[in-house]
Amino acid sequence: MSSVTVNRHHSGFSLGQYVTCLNGIVWREALRFVHQRERFVSALVRPLVWLFIFAAGFRQVLGISIIPPYETYILYEVYIAPGLMAMIQLFNGMQSSLSMVYDREMGNMRTLLVSPLPRWYLLFCKLVAGTAVSLLQVYAFLLIAWFWDIAPPPIGYLTVLPALVVSGLMLGALGMLISSGIKQLENFAGVMNFVIFPMFFASSALYPLWRVQEGSPLLYYVCLFNPFTHAVELIRFALYGQMNWISLAVVVCCTTAFMIGAIYAYDPSRGLVRRGPAGGEA
Amino acid sequence: MWRRCLLSGMAVWLAATSPALAFVAYVSNEKSNTVSVIDTDKWIVTHTIKVGQRPRGIEFTKNGKFVLVAVGDDDKIEVIDTATHQVVDSLPSGPDPELFTQDAAGKLLYVANENDNTVTIIDLEKRVRLGDIQVGVEPEGMALSPDGKILINTSETTNMAHFIDTATREIVANVLVDARPRYAEFKRDSSELWVSSEIGGTVSILDPAKRTITGKIEFNIPGLRREAIQPVGIGITKDGKTGFIALGPANRVAVVDATTHKVTKYLLVGQRVWHMAFTPDEKYLLVTNGVSNDVSVIDVSAQKVIKTIQVGELPWGITFAQP
Repeated sequence: MSSVTVNRHHSGFSLGQYVTCLNGIVWREALRFVHQRERFVSALVRPLVWLFIFAAGFRQVLGISIIPPYETYILYEVYIAPGLMAMIQLFNGMQSSLSMVYDREMGNMRTLLVSPLPRWYLLFCKLVAGTAVSLLQVYAFLLIAWFWDIAPPPIGYLTVLPALVVSGLMLGALGMLISSGIKQLENFAGVMNFVIFPMFFASSALYPLWRVQEGSPLLYYVCLFNPFTHAVELIRFALYGQMNWISLAVVVCCTTAFMIGAIYAYDPSRGLVRRGPAGGEA
Repeated sequence: MWRRCLLSGMAVWLAATSPALAFVAYVSNEKSNTVSVIDTDKWIVTHTIKVGQRPRGIEFTKNGKFVLVAVGDDDKIEVIDTATHQVVDSLPSGPDPELFTQDAAGKLLYVANENDNTVTIIDLEKRVRLGDIQVGVEPEGMALSPDGKILINTSETTNMAHFIDTATREIVANVLVDARPRYAEFKRDSSELWVSSEIGGTVSILDPAKRTITGKIEFNIPGLRREAIQPVGIGITKDGKTGFIALGPANRVAVVDATTHKVTKYLLVGQRVWHMAFTPDEKYLLVTNGVSNDVSVIDVSAQKVIKTIQVGELPWGITFAQP
């Protein structure tokens, strides 16, 4: 498969062909998600464990200060809900990248990449598919959380959607970028230790930044420059019908940067990692 | 047909989205010696009025023109003109006035004087003291029965609710309640009298006719020590179906089914929630949070805290003008 061939032809594709490609990739991802019920259950159980067990233990910790977008005192579980929504997307983004490594190992990716459509478009479709799956997970979580008295204003369920799309794309693009550097499936455990955990814990998902600043100014800056913090804050504000412009700017910029990085990394002629024949992908 | 449907739909939508009537709340700030004025349309403090020392009990006069505020350390009741937001006069109470109540006509004011073990009766028109009634130690809670015949005073140290005949100005009955009774409130139909006990951690339900305790409201908040649950302010809806009880340092307002006397919900508010007042349309309930220096707004029908507004230091009492 040559990218040169692809580049020569892609300008002549109709919109319908692009849509067919998008449909195919999103549908495949959706089918894969539906058939992997354990994945759906575990995607839900993970944040629910945090909500039901961890948040219950720390219930009395918060409720001492009012921070935007909240207009009154809130329980800890209300505070961490947006962080857990972002966590679902973070895991989903990484899971998508895991599936790309798997596809590459099994040779499925070859099938995808022989498509005559431009490679950046194929990667983008893959990203959209992953984000769509994460949206399903997040809304299922919100439904359960509603019974746990985490009830944002009704309009919030709508206004949070664009924020979830943007944050889902950012985390998916990050996952894609990382997956390009992983040669084998077994190496994925490293992603867990070096990406997911640090990103999640060094963010505003579990504790407000003013609290972090009181404890450690250095950690505060780490959290502040963590793109995941901004994904969480974007979701938090949107869930209450408000916009956090700084977070939006950071998330959009990071999405673009990660996406460009992933496209570059997946280009076999320039890729970040030179792949040998073992992976099966050119 | 479809036009009518559309029009009626728009009317419903407009009614649902149109803002509630704006009211004005007055909040006494015990430590900053001020009264904050809150506009319920914008939910902001529009004025801060300097008053005497240690303002606590606060109430509109029945004509809605003045706000009375008990300034305990100055041993008097100050009168605020709601048009000018200025203190224009004062009324003579006993030492350290705390809470007070008026008769339905707005002619008589009954004041609990914490340091004097008395209830002072003041003629609001002539602005003179008519006399004192000796009650228990540290009188605080004051409530007048809807027919105006019985005045209730709770004494914090004696742990009693005193039933006072307003005609003879004599105590006709004493009912022992749990430790440190702070506040008393009648249901509009006179079927029940609720008395909160701060240290006892309960609200006693009394039969005003038999003058006996018929039940108690108990509180239990998971994760909180029992000592942290200290009931103080009470609000009962006009229909007598729902009660709200401020639980002091528990930082919660308990929502109570006023027929079964069971707590149905705990609402998180600011620190050391103390007293409360409904907006005249009963859409909202405002509660004062003493330690966090703010007032939380509860949507009564949704039973949800929707907002918290910063006021002066140590907000204590709150009042709305009744239409």
